[in-house]
Amino acid sequence: MRNVYHVARRELNAYLASPIAYVVAAIYLAVLGGMSGFILYYSREATMRYALTHGVTLLFLVLVTQVLTMRLLADEQRQGTIELLLTSPVRDWEVVVGKYLASLGVFALMMLLSGYFPLVLTRIGDPDVPVILSGYLGFLLMGGALLAIGVFASSVTQNQVVAAVLGMGIAILLWLSGALTDFVSGGLREIVAYVPIFDHYFDFVRGMIDTRHIIYYLSVVVLFLFFSTRVLEARRWK
Amino acid sequence: MIAVQGLTKEYGAVRALDELSFSVNEGEILGFLGPNGAGKTTTMRILTGYMPPTSGSVTVAGYDVVEQSLEARRRIGYLPESVPLYGEMTVYDYLDFCASIRRVGDRRRAIDRVLEACSIGDVSDRLIHKLSKGYRQRVGLAQALVHDPDVLVLDEPTIGLDPRQILSVRELIKGLGGEHTIILSTHILPEVSQVCQRVLIINRGRIVAEDTPERLTMGQQGGTRVRLQLAQPAPEAAELLAGVPGVRAVSPLGQGAEQVAFEVVCDGAGDPRPELAAMAVHRGWGLLEMRSASMSLEEVFIQLTTDEVTDAAEDADASEVAPVAAGAEADEEGR
Repeated sequence: MRNVYHVARRELNAYLASPIAYVVAAIYLAVLGGMSGFILYYSREATMRYALTHGVTLLFLVLVTQVLTMRLLADEQRQGTIELLLTSPVRDWEVVVGKYLASLGVFALMMLLSGYFPLVLTRIGDPDVPVILSGYLGFLLMGGALLAIGVFASSVTQNQVVAAVLGMGIAILLWLSGALTDFVSGGLREIVAYVPIFDHYFDFVRGMIDTRHIIYYLSVVVLFLFFSTRVLEARRWK
Repeated sequence: MIAVQGLTKEYGAVRALDELSFSVNEGEILGFLGPNGAGKTTTMRILTGYMPPTSGSVTVAGYDVVEQSLEARRRIGYLPESVPLYGEMTVYDYLDFCASIRRVGDRRRAIDRVLEACSIGDVSDRLIHKLSKGYRQRVGLAQALVHDPDVLVLDEPTIGLDPRQILSVRELIKGLGGEHTIILSTHILPEVSQVCQRVLIINRGRIVAEDTPERLTMGQQGGTRVRLQLAQPAPEAAELLAGVPGVRAVSPLGQGAEQVAFEVVCDGAGDPRPELAAMAVHRGWGLLEMRSASMSLEEVFIQLTTDEVTDAAEDADASEVAPVAAGAEADEEGR
């Protein structure tokens, strides 16, 4: 576990040393701020609900998470530094989890910075704070799942652009897979209905914290981090 | 300290290593020599636990690198061919990271020690991507040393350094022998004779020679060799020289303006030199020079790795050009 901490700390410093995190954070805050502003102007409602569920926000979230994670393992493989990690007494999963946690840390930091929107709302209106907090929790969980997908995409290639595009592809496929429910029936339909990644998020925004949804997102995280570890292991065998 | 048994590695249909077996004693410095594509890097990667072998076993300090990988890795310092550096970190932070994932107790002291040993103390606060190639190489070496490992695996440690740095790194490696067991791969042949106690030459995944540098250069063809230079030998001189007892073969080495050189290979039983000299004088060939010639390591290397060149040429392998390139590199180095 200590290795996870060391890997995560190094990775976090790498984020802070590179322009990617700042650019992403700035654009993220600008877009989310703009959205919240417009929505507030037209709806006159002191709520984050529309801003958090708008299609643009969701698409943007996919973009942001994949750009944050694309570097993690791809660059390590291109530069050859993976050889340093994998010949040190560090387990493959410790590398994967450490890197994932670093990206989650940056993402959480960005969300914290965006916390001023709800703060503004409490000044000008009377928003339902617990609902907003629940929405933010859902946003964090969903972001966390998307980051894990990004880590996986970054593990299968040496090319950062390929990693980002692949991660976006996987995320969007998981998003759109809901459409398949119309073509299947019975037990299969229930399984297919469980897959779409954004469907589990809307209850949070409505203020409902359902363990089923939490388990869904945590499963996605565990699954994709597990896949990433296996990919790293497979690289050794090549 | 290191025991390699029947090591085989296949990349798909290509067999990169073929039943490699050797061992390295504690405190020994072993030179690993071979043309490009011979399997040096593959062997080192297996030794350090980066990739598993297809079959065979490797134990380092008593630990199997596949079964007890973490234990083995803890005892190995590794400098890969492409130095694994994080450009955005300072030298100090980088070494601190390397020390921390290897559980070094007193990191500050360990880092200070390798900063000094690799003479990179003056750049410890600089960002790695701003360093010159020579500094990067030494930071890579410092990384391999920071946890004071029992075993050091160095893949071409002096590549990209200027002649002065090469000398100092060689001295450093030599000084590390004794306390550390070292495997060192290189293209630079004089380096092997200067630094290593034992040499392993591999070609196309097989060991083709294993001995001390001295014995390799001496005994490669059996007996010693003598070079004769004559002013005006008779046409049948070669045959007559070959008839001297103790001579195995005679080959003309080409002609200068007014002299002819012969290389005489002795079979090692007796010393035929007095008789060779007597014959040359007696017949009035005009003996200009006679000296015993030992093979250079370059010659040994090329000889050992060239008989496969014809095979290699068919699949356009790198090993075709490698011996020549390695020789050229070494020539440069020798000057």
